[in-house]
Amino acid sequence: MKKKSLAIVSAIVMTASLLAGCGASGSADKAASTAATQAAADTQAADTQAADTQAADTEAAAQAESASADEATQVSGEVTAAGSSALLPLVQAAAEKFMDTNPDCTVTVNGGGSGEGLKQVADGSIDIGNSDVFAEEKLDADAAAKLVDHEVATITMAPVVNKDLGVTNLTTDQLVSIFTGKTTNWKEVGGPDEAIVLVTRPSSSGTRALFKTWALNGAEEASNEALETDDSGTLLQTVEQNKGAIGYVALSYLVNNADVQAVSIDDVEPSLENTYNGTYKVWGYEHMYTNGEGSDAAKAFIDYITGDKFADSVESMGYGVASKMSEDAVNSHKSN
Amino acid sequence: MSERFRKEYAGRGLVTICGLLIIAITLAIGAFLIYQGTGTFYKFHHSLFEFLFSSDWSPMDNATEGGGSVGSAVYIAGSLMTCGLALLIATPFAIGAAVFMTEISPKWGTRLLQPAVEIFVGIPSVVYGWIGLTILVPFIRDVFHAKMGGYSVLAAGIVLAVMIFPTITTVAADSIRSVPDYYRKAAYGLGSTRWQTIYKIVLPAAKTGILTGVILGLSRAFGEALAVAMVIGKTRAFPKNILSPTNNLTAAIAADMGNSASGGEQNMALWTMALLLYVISMIFIVLIHALGKERKE
Repeated sequence: MKKKSLAIVSAIVMTASLLAGCGASGSADKAASTAATQAAADTQAADTQAADTQAADTEAAAQAESASADEATQVSGEVTAAGSSALLPLVQAAAEKFMDTNPDCTVTVNGGGSGEGLKQVADGSIDIGNSDVFAEEKLDADAAAKLVDHEVATITMAPVVNKDLGVTNLTTDQLVSIFTGKTTNWKEVGGPDEAIVLVTRPSSSGTRALFKTWALNGAEEASNEALETDDSGTLLQTVEQNKGAIGYVALSYLVNNADVQAVSIDDVEPSLENTYNGTYKVWGYEHMYTNGEGSDAAKAFIDYITGDKFADSVESMGYGVASKMSEDAVNSHKSN
Repeated sequence: MSERFRKEYAGRGLVTICGLLIIAITLAIGAFLIYQGTGTFYKFHHSLFEFLFSSDWSPMDNATEGGGSVGSAVYIAGSLMTCGLALLIATPFAIGAAVFMTEISPKWGTRLLQPAVEIFVGIPSVVYGWIGLTILVPFIRDVFHAKMGGYSVLAAGIVLAVMIFPTITTVAADSIRSVPDYYRKAAYGLGSTRWQTIYKIVLPAAKTGILTGVILGLSRAFGEALAVAMVIGKTRAFPKNILSPTNNLTAAIAADMGNSASGGEQNMALWTMALLLYVISMIFIVLIHALGKERKE
C-alpha cells in the first residue's frame, strides 16, 4: 500500500516537473522565436541595403537591373496559409514559384475548407486564411472585423454533364427546375429519355453557395434527391460514370478535363472571357484573409499572386484575374 | 533511499504516468465532446427529441445566428441500417471461418486462414472504399439497375462487412479455442458426430465470446467514415430500399466539419453527432465488459 502511494506520488511529481519543463521551454521558444524574427528583420534590412548599393554599383549595366530589383523585393520568413479547397491549387502553384524567387521564404499551404481557414487566421494560428466566401458569413462580427480581405482571383462555376448525354445548353429556369428536383428526366429539357442524377456538394461548401446564388437564383437544391460529394474531383468522376448525371465545378477543374461536358447557361458559355465581360454571371471572388495587415512575407506573397507576373499562370489554371473584371461584371455582383 | 528510489520507483512512476495519461486523455475527449456537443441544446435551444427523431435538417451556417433545424434522424438511420446490413452479411461468414480454422482444419486455419484474416485487418479503410467505389458501385448500378448510379446502402453494407469480418472472425476463433477440450471429448463419448459437437456444444459454449466479437465489429462499423462516405452517395433522405443512397453520421460530419462556421448552428450539430457516436461506442464497451463478466462466471 505504502509502495503504491509512493509510486503515485512520484508519478505526480514527475508529471508536474514535465509540465513545468514544457512551460519553461515554451517561453524559451517564444523568446527564441522573437529573437529570430528580430534577426530576420535585421538581415532583411541589411539585404535591402546591400541590394541598394549593388543597384547603384551596377546602374550602368541595364540587363542586371531586373535581377537586382528582384533581390530588392526579396523577403524571408515563414508564411502559412490554409482554407478553401477551390483556391488550393492556385495558391500551391503560386507558393512554388514564389519560393523560387524568394529562397529564404517558406510558404506552406493547406486545404481544410473555407470555414477552417477563416477560423485559423482569426485565432492567429496561420498567416493567411483562404476562403470562397466573405469572412462575415463564417465568423462572428468581432472576429471578422479584424481580418483584412484580399480578393486575389475570381472563380467561375460551370454546370457539367456526362459527355454522352448531348445536352450543351440549359436556361436558368431549366437549371433551377433540375436542381430543385422538379425536372427528373432529361427529355423534359430537350435531352434523351434518361433519368436525371443530381450530384452536389455539401451544404457548407463555398462552391455550392456560389452556384446557388448566381445560377439557381437562390433556390435551395434538393439534397434529398442528390448524391453528395466531398470534393470536385469526386464529383467529376461521378458525372463521368453516370450518363444522366449533372453537377457543377469550378472552371479550374475543367482546364485539362475532356471527359465531361460543360453546359452553357442561357446560351452563354462558361468561360473566363464571358466572366470578364460580365455576360456569364456564375462567378465569385476568392479571398485571402490576413489578420490585420499581415506579416511582410504574407503581404509579399499575396502581392505576388495578384501581380502581373503571375497573371498568366492564374488564367492557365482556369481562374480569373481580379483586375481584368470589367465594370459591368463587377457591378452585376455588387447590386445583389 | 535515493538508489532504491531510482531503481524501483522511477520506473513504476513512469508507467503510472502513462496509465494516468491514457485515462486523462479519454476523459478529456469525453469532456470536450460533451462541452461542444451540448451547444445544440443550450445555445441553440433544440430538443433532444428533434435531434434524434426529426429528419428536417437545415441548420444555419454562420457564427451566431440560430433558428434552423437539426433533425439528424436520416444520418442516425443511415448508420444503423448500413451497420445492421454489414452485420447480417459478415456474421455468418465470420463464424463459419472461425469454426473452420479452429475445429474443422486447425492446420490450414493457423497456417493460411489466420494470416489472411490478419492481412484484412491491416488494409487501410481508404483502400476498401476505393475498391468499393470502382468495382462495387458500378456493379450494383449495372446489375441491379440502381437509380442513383449504384451508390447505395447495399454498397456501404458490403464494404463494411468486408471490413468487420476479420474482427469478428479473430475474436470468435479465440473464443472457440478457449472452449475446454473435455467438452468435445465428452460430446464424442456420448456419440455425437463432429458437426453435432460443433453445433450443439462448442458454439453455445463460445456464445458470449462470439457476441463480443460481433459487438467489436459493430463498433468498428459505426465509427468508419471514409470507406462508407465513398460509396453511400450521401443523399439526405431515408433510403427507399437497399439500392438507394442515404447518408450516415460519420460521413455527414466529415463532409461539413471543415467548411462550416466554427461555433455556428451547423458546426454545433455536427459536434452533437460526434458526441452521439462517442456515447454509442461507450455503450458498446459497457456491453462487451458485461459480456466478459458473464463469461467468467
